[in-house]
Amino acid sequence: MSQETLSDFPLELEGADAPMVRFRQVTKRYGNLTVLDSLDLDVAEGEMVTIIGPSGSGKTTVLRMLMTLETINEGVIYVDGKPLTHMPRNGGLVPADNRYLRKMRANIGMCFQHFNLFPHMTAIENCMEGPVHVLGLPKREARERSEELLEMVGMADKRDQHPSRLSGGQQQRVAIARALAMRPKVMLFDEVTSALDPEVIGEVTNVIRKLVGEHNLTMLMVTHQMGFAKDISDRVCFFFGGRIEEQGKPADLFGNPQRERTQQFLSAVKEAS
Amino acid sequence: MFDWRWDFTFEILPRLLWATVNTLMAAGIGYAIAVVLGLVLALAQRTSFKPLTYAVRELVEFIRSTPLVLQIFFVFYVGPQFGIRLAPWTAGMIAIGLHYASYLSEVYRGGLESVPKGQWEASLALNLSPARTYFRIIIPQALPPSLAGMGNYLVGIFKDTPMLSVIGVAELMHTANAIGSESYRFLEPYTLVGVIFLAISLPTAALIRVFEAWVRRQLGMN
Repeated sequence: MSQETLSDFPLELEGADAPMVRFRQVTKRYGNLTVLDSLDLDVAEGEMVTIIGPSGSGKTTVLRMLMTLETINEGVIYVDGKPLTHMPRNGGLVPADNRYLRKMRANIGMCFQHFNLFPHMTAIENCMEGPVHVLGLPKREARERSEELLEMVGMADKRDQHPSRLSGGQQQRVAIARALAMRPKVMLFDEVTSALDPEVIGEVTNVIRKLVGEHNLTMLMVTHQMGFAKDISDRVCFFFGGRIEEQGKPADLFGNPQRERTQQFLSAVKEAS
Repeated sequence: MFDWRWDFTFEILPRLLWATVNTLMAAGIGYAIAVVLGLVLALAQRTSFKPLTYAVRELVEFIRSTPLVLQIFFVFYVGPQFGIRLAPWTAGMIAIGLHYASYLSEVYRGGLESVPKGQWEASLALNLSPARTYFRIIIPQALPPSLAGMGNYLVGIFKDTPMLSVIGVAELMHTANAIGSESYRFLEPYTLVGVIFLAISLPTAALIRVFEAWVRRQLGMN
């Protein structure tokens, strides 16, 4: 990350139409490999945006940068009107320090391909860990909140089980409850069904469907489930070579893709399934 | 010829059993130091402050590559030249504690590295503090894979306590030597020392395996 102060990026995004998430000219490189190339992407509050594309197209990196699991090389990411990757200093933006990152990270929750539940804690302990020890909620309140969420994902009866006793689909549902327990404004789903057996994919996608229907969460999802993406997304972005090759409403992008690479990708996916 | 004297055996047994208490104390204190200090050495090697990481890395390599008995002599006899005068017990505990801390730090390092990257990422995504991440998420998971190694070194430190006799710590070996030079009989005291070590080491190793299984159960990890 460059150390100099950035002056041509706004310190804050203001106005009623300010997006919940904004990538501005974001570039990510691993050595000589450019994973994301000057990405511009806005996600409105309450919007569900799905990212599709071939592997290596940078789609997971988008989520990982938002979760601050990866640093960026150029550009600025904004969340909820404030810069995420940078912080205001002396009238410009400088790379965010750990304290600032911790404050901003509270806006974002993430679910992972391999769930990453804490194996030495029960389902409800997994859900309570953050609310109690990060948000500082009283134990009783955190427990109530966690029970509600486990109920919502249909895992209330397994609350006292350790992850090793749960199926992949069950673990992923607990992981969704765990992320939601932190009350994030933005939820990230990184290939959350990719590691699941086909017969349990539905129980996880149904939970996400429910979230889209009932909550005003802003969501970004990377998935290979084209049918699911088509059903629930407000917008679908097709990534290719670290850029957004094409984006639009699911009906348009899946029904009438304009770009050749999108067409090729979609027909290749269709053949495989 | 083989001339085992039972009356002599029973005469010296109480003295040796008393010395066993010292041996157990030396092993226990030394191990307690090693368990805590080893964790410090392991965590110090994971900080992002490179000079510290390298310094600790080199220290651990240095300690692991030189004999324990030399380190004991060094702390006890060289210390006074720098104005650090230590009682045999103190010097012995520092030397053996530090020695085993460096071995245990390697055990911990392996354990810590065995925790999947996803656990760190989930902790970060939940915004857990670095301390909370280490002590509540990572270390509890690093513990079960470290226990076998930790157990081996517990038996190891116990068997190495005789080296403390070289600076006059009155543990088992030291007492057996004393009995030998008083009575000119070495067969019984040394045999008894061997039997006592065996009688403690073998059950300890078995207990460690039981403990390991218990910890895994407690953590819900099997």
